[in-house]
This record gives sequence, C-alpha cells and structure tokens, in this order.
Amino acid sequence: MNRRDAISRVGLILGGTVIGAELFMSGCKSGSTVNTDDLFAKETTAFLNEVGETILPETATPGAKAANVGGFMAIMVRDCYTADDQKVFKKGLSQLDEASNKKFKKSFMEADAKQRTELLTDLDKEAKEYSKTKKPEDPNHYFSMIKQLTLLGYFTSEVGATKALRYLPVPGKYIGDYPYKKGDRAWAIS
Amino acid sequence: MSTNTYDAIVIGSGISGGWAAKELTEKGLKTIMLERGKNIEHIKDYVNANKAPWEFEHRGGRTQKMIEDYPVLKRDYPLNEVNLDYWTNEKESPYTEIKRFDWFRGYHMGGRSLMWGRQSYRWHDTDFEANLKDGIGTDWPIRYKDLHDWYGYAERFAGISGNKDGVPILPDGDFMPPMDMNIVEKDIQKRYKEFYKDARHFIIGRTANITVPHNNRTNCQYRNKCWLGCPFGAYFSTQSATLPAAMATGNLTVRPWSIVTRILYDKDTKKAKGVEIMDAETNKTYEYYAKVVFVNASALNSAWVLMNSATDVWEGGLGSSSGQLGHNLMDHHLGVGAGGRVEGFEDKYTFGRRANGIYIPRYRNLNGEKRDYIRGFGYQGGGSRSGWSRDIAEMNIGGGFKDALSEPGSWGFGMGGFGETLPYHENRVYLDKTNKDKWGLPILAIDAECKDNERKMRIDMMNDAKEMLENAGVKDVQTYTSEPVLGRGIHEMGTARMGRDPKTSVLNGNNQVWDAKNVFVTDGAAMTSAACQNPSLTYMALTARAADFAVKELKKGNI
Repeated sequence: MNRRDAISRVGLILGGTVIGAELFMSGCKSGSTVNTDDLFAKETTAFLNEVGETILPETATPGAKAANVGGFMAIMVRDCYTADDQKVFKKGLSQLDEASNKKFKKSFMEADAKQRTELLTDLDKEAKEYSKTKKPEDPNHYFSMIKQLTLLGYFTSEVGATKALRYLPVPGKYIGDYPYKKGDRAWAIS
Repeated sequence: MSTNTYDAIVIGSGISGGWAAKELTEKGLKTIMLERGKNIEHIKDYVNANKAPWEFEHRGGRTQKMIEDYPVLKRDYPLNEVNLDYWTNEKESPYTEIKRFDWFRGYHMGGRSLMWGRQSYRWHDTDFEANLKDGIGTDWPIRYKDLHDWYGYAERFAGISGNKDGVPILPDGDFMPPMDMNIVEKDIQKRYKEFYKDARHFIIGRTANITVPHNNRTNCQYRNKCWLGCPFGAYFSTQSATLPAAMATGNLTVRPWSIVTRILYDKDTKKAKGVEIMDAETNKTYEYYAKVVFVNASALNSAWVLMNSATDVWEGGLGSSSGQLGHNLMDHHLGVGAGGRVEGFEDKYTFGRRANGIYIPRYRNLNGEKRDYIRGFGYQGGGSRSGWSRDIAEMNIGGGFKDALSEPGSWGFGMGGFGETLPYHENRVYLDKTNKDKWGLPILAIDAECKDNERKMRIDMMNDAKEMLENAGVKDVQTYTSEPVLGRGIHEMGTARMGRDPKTSVLNGNNQVWDAKNVFVTDGAAMTSAACQNPSLTYMALTARAADFAVKELKKGNI
C-alpha cells in the first residue's frame, strides 16, 4: 500500500471492519516469546486448512484448502503476531474444538461439512458481537484472527488471485470506464 | 591533476542530486556524485518488482522483527515487506527526537527518488510572495518568473503527465497526456464543477509517470508497483532518468558507500575546496577536490553536512553565520480528510491500476478570503470499487460469502489533505554530539512541531472535505483526523533557506551559500516556505537553474 492508496483507502474504510487490511497497519508489542512450532505440525496444518475451507469452501472456484491457508496462518502467527495474539490464537484452536465437542460431541475434524459450517457461523457471530464492544486493549477474538488470515491467505494466494479473482500483472493501459456485469470477478491486488 | 580532483562534487543521488549531476556533466564538468549508501542498479536491482503477491512470505505485511528493527518506519505505511530494503536501517543511523518527528529515509543510489509519490506541481507567485505578505520568516529571493522556464525544462525531461486545467493558483506545465479519471471520479468532478463553478477545482493528478515513450523509457504499464522500482523506467527516478543522461556524457563518476563528513573550507579563498568522505564499508576517510560543490543530501542531512563543516571558522558550521542553519524546518501536515460511498455505477469497473489519483488545488485564503489561519491546503484522493477485504455485514462464512467477495464491492471515494506548514525558527535540527551513529559520527537531534496555525487549518481540512464530497453527491461521508506529526509528509524543507540577506538566510537567490559562493544547496533545505504542493518538481527546477548559474559563474571566474 503506497501513500496515495493509503490516503484514499483510509477515507473508504471508516466505520467498517476491514478484515485483513488492519494486519498491515497494526501497532505492536515487541518481544515474542511464544513457541509456535506446534502450529507447523501436519495435524495442525490440516486442521487449519479444514477451518479455512469451511470459511471459504470450494465452489465454482477452488477453496481455501487448495491455497494451503493452514500453512500460511502458521507463518503469519509466528512472524507477524504479537506474543499476546499468538497466545490467543493457539488457545483458540483448542477452544474451537471444545465448541465443536460441546455442540456435536465430536471434534471439529470429526464433524461433517454441515456441522462445521453451523459451528463456524456461530463462532463468527460470537466474534462479531465481541468486536463490537471490544476496547482496543482487550484481546482479539481468535475466530476473527482465523477468518482474517483465511481471507488474506486465500485471496493473495496464486489459487485465489488467479482463479477466484482475475490476476493481471501488466495491464499495459488504464480504462476508467470499463464494463462490468454481475458475476465478473474482481481484479487481484498486484 | 590528482585522481581525486574533479570540476564538481555532488553530495547525494536522490531527485535533486541526480539533477545536479545531469546538468553539471551535460555542461561539460567532470563530476563525482557521492552516495552514502549502496548502489542500486536500474532494473537489475529491482529484485521484487516482478514478483506476484504470493511470492512474498507475509504477502507484503510486516513482521514483529521488522516492527522491532524499524521503530520509526512502523509509524506509517512505509514499513512493509515488499520494498523494505529501500528504507534506511534505523539501528545504524539513529536520530534523536526531542519531539516526535517521523523521518523516513532512503540511503542508497537514487535515494527517495525510487520510492517517491511522484505528484508534481508548480508553485504560483502566491506561494513565493506569501512570507513577504504575511511578515513570516523571510522573503523568497525569487518569484515564479525566475522558475517558469526551469519548471518547463524539468517537466519536459522528467516526463510529467497532466492536464492543462487552467487553474490560476496551480500553473499548467509542459505535460504529457494526462491519465484518465475513472467514471466515478468524472461524475464527482461534474457535480463538483456544477457546485463550485470556477472557485474550486477537481483535477487529475499531475504525476511523474510517463504516458508516452520518452528517452528510451517505456510508458506507464499501470501496475501501480512504482515504489519497488520500475522495470519499464516509467516513472522519474535518478536511475531511470537523470543518471543515464549524466553517464552518457562520459563526465560522471559515481561513488556509493561515501558518507560526506564535511565540506573542506578554505579560509583564504573563502570557498570550498572539496569534501571529506568516510567510506561506509571500510571507515577510511578520503578527500575529493572540486571547484564547485552541490549539496543534495536531503534537507536534514544537507544541514548536517554544513553543520559539520568549517567549524573552526563558524562554531555552527558552514552557512551558520545567519543563525538560520538547521532552523525553519517544515513539512506538509496530513492525516486528515474524508471518504464515503458512491451510489450506482454497478455496471462499471476499471481496467489497470493507475498510480495516480485526483487533486484538489488550494482554494482557501485566496482572492481576499481570510480564515482564522493563513495559507492553505490541497487534497489528493480517488474513487474505486472495494475489494475482498470489505466487510459483508449480512454474510458470515461459506460459498456464497466467498463468491460475493470474489466480485468487486460498491464504489467509494476518499481523499486526504496536504497542508502548508509555516517556517518557525524554533523548529529545527542540530547536532546531537553525545550520540553517534554506526560510523561514530554525530547524529541529528530534531525538535519540531505543528503549531496553532496548522491545527486551525486542519479543522477546515476535515470539514471542507466532508462538505465538498457531500456537495458532489458522495453518501455517508465520514471524516478522519489525527494528531499532526511533522516528518510524516516526507517533505522535509527549510533547514538552509534561501533569502535576500546573508543576515537572515543561508543561501542567496541562486542557492549559493552566502559564506562560500562555490557551495550550492538545491534540495528541500533551500525552501523558504513550504506551500502545500508536493515539492520535488520545484527542487528539480531550482537545481537545474542553480547548475546553469554555477557553470556560468565558473566560466566567468567568479567562483
């Protein structure tokens, strides 16, 4: 995001929650001491990929699993999150499973697609409600983190940018009055 | 002739240093350009310019390590993964903030010409006359007529695209064809014009991106990745424009890793005889000699070089006899504006990523208007359809959500102001002799802040933005503002100002240091006031003009 984009965009994002974008501008507390190695375990990647796939499933275009958002989330949490956010994220993975057990007497991985969607729809509502009254110093909700990372990881991945969106590395020209019809895909961010 | 002897020395390789090197070499002077950082070779060293977003491990974001390493850069948009290498290492080159000052630097070949915003506007006599009329600071020793031809000269070489809008306060230039406004911007422009007639203007930005091929440079390809370095050479930078021109003369030598530690002043001739440098890799010092020295190290570092020079004659350094060196630090204050929703145009989209936006030139305190502050501000902004990062309130997760986010959202329009900062004597930089950088050199202390005039102006900047957007049909307009912080505009100016009197200024009307006539300062340091336009085009014009003068004076034997 260069300066002009930042100027125009700040004007546009007021009032709304900008998922993903805030990651790029977030403040910080330094000194990460949380061990995030376990986020890179095969089972965790598979788990996060299934959570991501439930948020952004395969439709006419590939889903989040095809973009390996599970692997992406681990990298982002390890490198970009504050220690506090890392703790919330890690704890969140077991909270998500607990919620599944409570609701369906099954772990998330054992639940079927319909149950997974039902569960994450609830968690999304819960996270949105929480964010409404959250003070800046309060911890973030783990599901907000997962959802943000899923969207960021998917739409900036090769699969997401070229299949779900239209990726055009060298447009060569600018047309400010370009036809659009419902169903046409958006341009990927370069 | 020693191998360390040249006709001219240029300190710094950014926008103004590159121009100085081009002009001096084209006029036949054997010139050495000294750059304190590493070399970055055009195209070859733009290592991230052709990467896809997924090739960046953090997709362009910032890691905790980056946040820790760049305590200043993290304060705004520049800290990011894609061009991190272009921003100065803050641990090696710290500075002291007496008050918060966001100093975003680039220590490498090309300096900030690689990452600049490229908006290029002429000044008007209103700007050059402002200090005199207001009784503020000191009077500019030049007027628009002195720069008029040089603006054209700079525009024709740099390649500035823009529209001849006929706005009185913002003189038209020698432009390449303008970039297009998009359909929504055109609609807003139409309503804006209906409402404000000729009192205010809504125009396409004037930018140093070429829209037709020019001097072996390819026209803009609308990638909007300028700040990675452009493989097409489509925007003006030292590397794409002035450096190849200077090299083509056969008169230029470039020396990276050369920190100029001081200008060597000769008490007998009252002129500079050269400079001393420290090699940034070996820490060894060398001397270079020349008949003329151009100081283009960027406003604050040019002041630093002068303050470190001739201290045996003047305690405050070369150019300090007026008591103005390092003082009158200015910037543009920003971080205030408005944005909102645009209804309709669902059947319209854009093709290509335009590295430019719209511009609203200054309209306040003109034609007899008197606000409760002096001077004025302009806006930059743009309209676009939102992308996948938007919130869709009624949707949560799932296939419908994904497919909806894969389509563009509704149109919006946002803009932010750039306000003039006054030249306050007490806003200054000085040498912090107790703290040193990696090379053991004294660092700068910066003590500057926005004051009452800027704060009052910001109220208008916010409220006017809302009012104008509403008058132009934008819906749900919301404003934003922030604590004004100097430095954030990345337009540092004024620390070695031009003037008419050696008692009140560091430089004369030809950018010559009053105290050493063969030393010229032509970067932001020279600015006597700040206006509200983006300043780089004015540095280009001032540099070309001063180089022309310097060579004539050399030939006459005057310096």
